[in-house]
Amino acid sequence: MAHGAEESGWKNRDVIDILGFTKNELLDLFEETDKFVEQGSDFGEPLRHKIVATAFFEPSTRTRLSFSSAALRLGAKVIDLSAEVSSLMKGESFADTIRMLEAYSDLIVVRHPSEGAALFASEISSKPVVNGGDGSQHHPTQAMLDVYTVNKLKGGVDGLTYALVGDIKYARTATSFLYALTKFNPRRVYAVCPEALRPRAEVLKRLEGLGLRVELGLELEDIIGELDVVYATRIQKERFPDQSEYEKVKGSYRLARTVMEKAKRECIILHPLPRVEELPYELDSTPHAAYFKQAAWGVPLRMALLKLILGG
Amino acid sequence: MDSHTGSETMIVQRIANGTVIDHIPSGKALAVLKLLGDPHVKGFRVALVMNVSSKKMGKKDIVKVEGVELSDEQVQRLALVAPQATLNFVRSYQVVAKRNVSPPSVVVGLLKCVNPTCITVKQREPVYSTFLLSSQAPLTYVCRYCGRELGEYEISSQVQ
Ligand SMILES: [Zn+2]
Repeated sequence: MAHGAEESGWKNRDVIDILGFTKNELLDLFEETDKFVEQGSDFGEPLRHKIVATAFFEPSTRTRLSFSSAALRLGAKVIDLSAEVSSLMKGESFADTIRMLEAYSDLIVVRHPSEGAALFASEISSKPVVNGGDGSQHHPTQAMLDVYTVNKLKGGVDGLTYALVGDIKYARTATSFLYALTKFNPRRVYAVCPEALRPRAEVLKRLEGLGLRVELGLELEDIIGELDVVYATRIQKERFPDQSEYEKVKGSYRLARTVMEKAKRECIILHPLPRVEELPYELDSTPHAAYFKQAAWGVPLRMALLKLILGG
Repeated sequence: MDSHTGSETMIVQRIANGTVIDHIPSGKALAVLKLLGDPHVKGFRVALVMNVSSKKMGKKDIVKVEGVELSDEQVQRLALVAPQATLNFVRSYQVVAKRNVSPPSVVVGLLKCVNPTCITVKQREPVYSTFLLSSQAPLTYVCRYCGRELGEYEISSQVQ
């Protein structure tokens, strides 16, 4: 491993939150990811004898399929407990379901609407658990992917100016990205969001404790010219008790072409996808659009992760 | 302990055997008594002294319980309501041991997370709430599972 982390540090490791990883570990993961990005299609099935379980207690297409695809590309088998099935298992506790999957597989990817579910699963299971998103808290593999994308397209993560736009409170992708940035030295980090969707006070406090100050209260138009990375998230209607409030704010966090025209040419837009109105199609053909690359690299990144955890 | 507060001995008799809980934040004496499980109901003599002046705290409360020595669990609860409290164990009118309480760095199964979507509040899951101390003053704990904070008020209302 080029960056000093012991390879054994990855073996059978749980992936619960991005804060549990050092910068060097992330860089090692990125290096492994690069190999898969460059390698094309023949990966030699290093996980031929392994079984990966995907357990999604909340619907998600992208995360589940990208894990499945990554596992299959490495020759592993995949068993899947989908949200539809898990909702039918009403009598069974989450803990018992995890114990079942522990017996049936070599690694469990969990997504669950409750914060802390993945940590709890990792305490139950002797097999490694990878958090595919828990409530509004963590989504470590998305954060790894997001930082990987920045690193690859901008040649590094340090010294850049970032703006997270939209829902920075409930969107676990946004929170996880902020936690990931604490591992690096960004120049400035803005959160551009309605008052109701600002990061929770305890998240800001934790970030500050880790040396990351998030600047709040500015409009995208005011800062667009200095940004290197725009991280857009979807604002979900359900988050607003008052629908008229939602109608009022949703337009302000749309990345309109007229706003993006004022951005630096090299400014990239990331988005965890799926998108709704906040990211207009007309941006897809601009040099700013990085979100399709970001999405595509989700598979090689998860391949690298699975290989580091399960590979011999 | 009675030697340094002369005025107090005039209000409350010294106890023969039991525990004197000193340096309780003023106004918290009743809360402390409650978490001890209302020993007065069982016929023990109990004395509450409230709003005594204190060099260390400005004003403080004191609870004296005759015939009772606190269990470890009671001491842990006490530390959550009165983090600066000191315990004086009395035998034959003499303080035979003193002990400071300090908020435990980890509290398992005692506090409840206030986040309604935290895994630890889910019904029928074999999971114990686990809180990690994040600040002594003001007393603050953080849920190990979801990161939600519990402040002084929530903590003391929960342990009673
Ligand atoms: Zn919690």
